[in-house]
Amino acid sequence: MTAFAIQPVVLWSDALLFVLISVIVALALWARRQDALRAAWARVAKNGVAMAAATVLAVFVLVGLLDSLHYRGRLEAQPGSTARYAVEVNSALDALLSDMRLRAETTYSAPLATHLFAREALENSTQREFPRLKYGGAHLGENLSGHELDIAVRVSRGLAGGLVVWLLLVAVVRRANGLDFKALLKVGAGGAATGAILLTVLPILLLLGVAISLGGGYHVFGTDKVGQDVLYLSLKAIRTGLLIGTLTTLVMLPAAVLLGILAGYVGGWVDDLIQYLYTTLSSIPGVLLIAAAVLMMQVVIDNHPDWFTTSAERADARLLALCLILAMTSWTGVARLLRGETLKLRELEFVQAAQAFGVGRFAIMRRHILPNLMHIVVISLVMDFSGLVLAEAVLSYVGVGVDPTTISFGTMINTARMELAREPMVWWSLMAAFGFMFALVLAANLFADAVRDAFDPRSSA
Amino acid sequence: MLAYIFRRLLYAIPILIGVNLFTFALFFVVNTPDDMARMQLGVKRVTPEAIQKWKAERGYDKPLIWNAAAGGSAALTDTIFFSKSVRMFAGDFGRADDGRNIAREIGDRMGPSLAIALPTFVLGLFVAISFALLLVFFRATTLDFAGVVLCVAMMSISGLFYIIGGQWLVSKVWHLVPISGYSGGLDAAKFLVLPVIIGVIGGIGSSARWYRTIFLEEIGRDYVRTARAKGLPERVVLFRHVLRNALIPILTGVVVVIPTLFMGSLLTESFFGVPGLGSYTIDAINAQDFAVVRSMVFIGSVLYILGLLLTDVSYTLADPRVRLQ
Repeated sequence: MTAFAIQPVVLWSDALLFVLISVIVALALWARRQDALRAAWARVAKNGVAMAAATVLAVFVLVGLLDSLHYRGRLEAQPGSTARYAVEVNSALDALLSDMRLRAETTYSAPLATHLFAREALENSTQREFPRLKYGGAHLGENLSGHELDIAVRVSRGLAGGLVVWLLLVAVVRRANGLDFKALLKVGAGGAATGAILLTVLPILLLLGVAISLGGGYHVFGTDKVGQDVLYLSLKAIRTGLLIGTLTTLVMLPAAVLLGILAGYVGGWVDDLIQYLYTTLSSIPGVLLIAAAVLMMQVVIDNHPDWFTTSAERADARLLALCLILAMTSWTGVARLLRGETLKLRELEFVQAAQAFGVGRFAIMRRHILPNLMHIVVISLVMDFSGLVLAEAVLSYVGVGVDPTTISFGTMINTARMELAREPMVWWSLMAAFGFMFALVLAANLFADAVRDAFDPRSSA
Repeated sequence: MLAYIFRRLLYAIPILIGVNLFTFALFFVVNTPDDMARMQLGVKRVTPEAIQKWKAERGYDKPLIWNAAAGGSAALTDTIFFSKSVRMFAGDFGRADDGRNIAREIGDRMGPSLAIALPTFVLGLFVAISFALLLVFFRATTLDFAGVVLCVAMMSISGLFYIIGGQWLVSKVWHLVPISGYSGGLDAAKFLVLPVIIGVIGGIGSSARWYRTIFLEEIGRDYVRTARAKGLPERVVLFRHVLRNALIPILTGVVVVIPTLFMGSLLTESFFGVPGLGSYTIDAINAQDFAVVRSMVFIGSVLYILGLLLTDVSYTLADPRVRLQ
């Protein structure tokens, strides 16, 4: 057996994420052939704000996807034995950011600092001093007078780099579109809102340039309690947020669509039963239902340590279970909407014509009802996303969120919160988590609004 | 109307039974009491005797649904299902892990919860509706656009940020009110101001935007055009006509939460150290006190169903054309 340098690991959540992507691709291919859906998406694509938001989302998704390609590195091979792999599961993002991940300090340090945040007793000295960081500003050596100048140089170098890349990009797009510079950046010009996308890419590239250039020598957002780089943690948290925001809806949709359509179309006792089911579930306050279910899930997981070989797998199972539990509370709303819409559709001429032709019940539901409900499905998918990302942080705070070892915005906030009483305050990891979350949720909200406006037949009038 | 209310209350019974069965399944069938005991006792102290003792202390040592050993009606009543789940209908929630009576604890803690939740609700509703009316008054202007952008931005900020930021700014930097704590009587005011204000600010984004949409929908109606044609000033049109008609969709969303105000807010109460039901729930979750969590789930759904009923009744008050039958 040949030994590879890495052993790919597919966690359950990775697999589901890839399923989700293939579903979206399949839906997109299908939507291309549907005139109404294609027209709606074209309206979204013409909306400058929506495309700017989509660009930001795309960056987040890219980070999340890179973080979903997991592997286990190979350990130093002993001659004569088969290859062995490390217990630690890493992702492509970890490999990309290995500098950031491995250059851990011992405890808190402020953004761009060269010294630790707290005084410590040093060896061969009687006084307590701020110890020098192992990596932050290490290239400066003992002479710290150039600290500010170095930061300024690195920032301007990063800005310049970002600008150059952006100008190259604009040149490429110009060549392809044949528009001049001004016309290209005018928002709304040229079918798709290319200008809006390019104008959003500019700050992203500038920030990226600065982050790369500063990150080479400093901890851009400082370090946390155990000395991990906060920027690295924030980037890792993106995957958790995305997973909870999307997988929850993916898991719940099949059940919600099936039950909603069945209740609306079949009626009778089926309708009564399904209505009873969702009224009962939705009458339990969401947080309490989630808390109760998560507590029970913890008992199951804690009582079966043999199910998981690595701690990453256990954390992953908890994440998935959380998605399932969130799905349990959120399918009721969608099912109710779909039932109401199906009731309306059932009385329309084309459905009655199909019935008169003797088309079977399930064929009608699949061929005639379902396609006409797709806009509700799409709207609920994008509208739920931002709420779920925000909910994750709250649930982690309450203690019923993701596994404490999973890096998420919620766990970041939760650990940083303990340090607020310190004087002076440790604010950076809190602000980094809130900042990234705000960017993600704001982009999702803006995109969701545009999608709803484009798909909702009521609002287009 | 009374007959309607009575019938609705009857409908509530199967739903509450459903909730009860669901929590029973979740707490006792998905995990047996043995599992819970093992988890609470920790790996090191688990012995069969310890598990038995843990179960006996909490009354979990009975059969789940059917007690074959007992004769007559005791076969049904001397079970976990009857003693833990059915008794909830009678308001008997049993004891928490620390030995206190849950029902009494709930009674004591409702006051502080309500003291925060009610002002937050009333003030929040007032502020959000006023803000939405302001935006509608200046609709299709830059002010309206800026207001909507502000709403979306405020919606996108985590609720935790409002609380942490507010506590930091008002209590730590400005030293205006204590960071957290609670006391009875009039003294409570200084503890309540900050959580109420933060609650209002945190909720304003989504609700103001939603009310604005409702108002805009109403403003396109014929009766508004008639009112304007009569020569009524825009102010009167908005406040007397649009506001009253828009109340119905607003009521649908709002009245349902009134009974659940008793439950308090999990986050606010735990951050501000208020001894209400919200912090009670959080403490129970952290201590993995299953009896308390189960009771709160049950009470929560009772209050929610009450809220649905109130919603229907409030329609008739807001719109005399609606008749309940």
